[in-house]
Amino acid sequence: MTAAMRPQASACPACSAAPAAEALAAAQEPTEAHIVLSLPTIHCAACMSTVEQALNASDAVRSARVNLTMKRVSVEADPELTAADIIPLVEGAGYEAHELDTTAITATQTDRAGRELLMRLAVAGFASMNVMLLSVAVWSGAEGPTRDMFHWISAAIVIPAVAFSAQPFFKNAWTALKAGHLNMDVPISLAILLALVTSLWETSLSGEHAYFDAAMALTFFLLTGRYLDHRTRSVARSAAEELAALEVPRAWRVSDSGEEQVNVAELRVGDILRVRPGGRMPVDGEIVEGTSELDRSLLTGETLPVFAEPGTTISAGEVNLTGPLLVRASAVGRDTSLHRMADLVAVAESGRSRYTSLADKAAKLYAPGVHILSALAFVGWYLWSGDLRIALNIAAAVLIITCPCALGLAVPAVTTAASGRLFKQGLLIKDATALERLAQIDTVVFDKTGTLTAGTPDLTNLDDFTRCDLEIALALSQGSAHPLSQSLTAAAREAGVTPADVTDIQEVPGHGTQGLWQGQMVRLGRAAWVGAGSHAMTSAWLRVGDGPAQAFTFTDRLRDGAEEAVRALQESGKKVILMSGDTTAAVEALATRLGIEQWLAEALPQDKATRIEALTEQGAKVLMVGDGLNDTAALTAAHASISPASALDAARVASDIVLLGGTLDPIPDAIETARKATRRIRENFTIATWYNIIAVPLAIAGLCSPLIAALAMSASSITVSLNALRLR
Amino acid sequence: MNILTYLIPISLVLGCAGLGFFVFTLRSNQYDDPEGDAQRILSGDYDDKPKG
Repeated sequence: MTAAMRPQASACPACSAAPAAEALAAAQEPTEAHIVLSLPTIHCAACMSTVEQALNASDAVRSARVNLTMKRVSVEADPELTAADIIPLVEGAGYEAHELDTTAITATQTDRAGRELLMRLAVAGFASMNVMLLSVAVWSGAEGPTRDMFHWISAAIVIPAVAFSAQPFFKNAWTALKAGHLNMDVPISLAILLALVTSLWETSLSGEHAYFDAAMALTFFLLTGRYLDHRTRSVARSAAEELAALEVPRAWRVSDSGEEQVNVAELRVGDILRVRPGGRMPVDGEIVEGTSELDRSLLTGETLPVFAEPGTTISAGEVNLTGPLLVRASAVGRDTSLHRMADLVAVAESGRSRYTSLADKAAKLYAPGVHILSALAFVGWYLWSGDLRIALNIAAAVLIITCPCALGLAVPAVTTAASGRLFKQGLLIKDATALERLAQIDTVVFDKTGTLTAGTPDLTNLDDFTRCDLEIALALSQGSAHPLSQSLTAAAREAGVTPADVTDIQEVPGHGTQGLWQGQMVRLGRAAWVGAGSHAMTSAWLRVGDGPAQAFTFTDRLRDGAEEAVRALQESGKKVILMSGDTTAAVEALATRLGIEQWLAEALPQDKATRIEALTEQGAKVLMVGDGLNDTAALTAAHASISPASALDAARVASDIVLLGGTLDPIPDAIETARKATRRIRENFTIATWYNIIAVPLAIAGLCSPLIAALAMSASSITVSLNALRLR
Repeated sequence: MNILTYLIPISLVLGCAGLGFFVFTLRSNQYDDPEGDAQRILSGDYDDKPKG
């Protein structure tokens, strides 16, 4: 057999070598490009078909399928096609699209743990349905050999099913016991096992009460809770991975052989990189060629761009504004200042680690309580009746009744419902306890640049200029890609200004634009270049001939929903504070505009964190909303934290909740939803406790039949789940 | 009561068939996009020119 499988020896080695090499080459060359795009704005059936039709209309696209749950489209296309070719197609159809790094999201596609759990849940569901059917016959009066036979069949179904389905509980309980402490899984495992053992014993003695159905139903309900919990987490995790995947890390490396696009991970110290205007610095380093301006707002909170020329040191995360730059890398990847700062944050004590979740609090009270109760019942009955069989039966009944079915569902059902609702509003809950912490908030601290403001400038003093000056300014600004120029152009066009006849226009990267107007030199640009003093606000200066320099001043445009969010928070009685690394004048202006009374300007990253810690010590529960690297320490120190999706990766990692859309609107709603969710969790605990209070005395008194156990268990689980669903 | 010798195995077989079917749906990625599938069934588009 093996001999026949072996390829035949050929007389001509080249004859077989050539096709083999071709086959090898064909295998290595990708026959099809797999591109994944994130579509944050799709929400309905029409959206799906529009996007799919738009993509399928292109001949290069082989197939496109939208996943509405993940808000993604995956495209199989001809190998030469890149995401840059496809994005315009989707945008043409009217939807926002971003490329996703396929290597970063592969992990979510094979969610093996989730599938395994679902499989166990399915087996448990199947087994409990069948066993319940048999049990109904027993409850309705089957007797003698029929009852025994039903019990034996139940045992035959339940024992293998439990052995497969309940493994997660057994494993967790075992690890906890080995480490010498109790968790929720210890009483669960004990209840399941004890129920099985006593039932087997009872059945072998043709006893009346067997708890096979209870053991199985218990496993089923608890697995449901586990599965919900797992799903909420994996949805959050995959969305978080998606955010990381959105920043496809690429850089242009310049070498002797020319320019090539490389992955940031492949960069080495000493590499020369080209950073185009609008690009973000991929490394720490030094400028070797070119002049430009740098936007450091994400790192420091400053809104004023900084002048950059050869010799200026730059750090990763800064944005190049005007001219192309050549940069020599001095630190790459994990060694960049960006990553070092992110690592510092990890050392800071986080609001997250200080918090004990409601579920943990309940478990701490609950686990020892259950064991003591059932041990007491066992000892009491054994001493009173002297019958081991009765005592063991009672102990098993107590364990089953008190078993935390409802408790196991109480929290996951609510968090699933609440995070689903928040996800629809554009909020991604990253941390399991974030909802509970968010509900306790009484103080909200906002960062300025990039959080309350959108990071795009708005011209403020158009009216201070003569028509003639505006025409010159427009002529100079309209050709430039600098954000200030673009804003100036937009404002001037809106005011109906037509560009003056300026000739010889040239942009001097890093400085501004100049030209000739009626024989005079006209310049629009940085203060020093134009020959003017300085201004507290972000400004661009215009100078006509030898006349005085005049400043166009800009403020940051407010982020959508910023005013509404601040007002709603203040109306609901929360203290709103503004903290920024920007200049006092800029921060004060924004604070007055939004009606924020407390503000702090020129704050260093450490100041922000210290301020938040001071507030926490005074008993305030602080919610920090920020996006920059200078906010990360503060985000970590706060009781709960939110960052917009536009934030740096480091800031998103440090925060519990990520705002997926561009607006701040959902924040007040989110706090309200979190409150409701926490209230539901408490209600669920109360419901579960009442079921126990009613059923436990029955169990201890020995009056609890398997029927009562099954009813109590199912009824409490169902009420708890329904209560959680009210959040939707 | 002899009917039980048929009914119980039949119910078990039916249950197993259901379980097997569920395992099949799980294996063939039918739970990857529950929301999208729920919406897709309402879509009135017909794919007139399916790409091979």
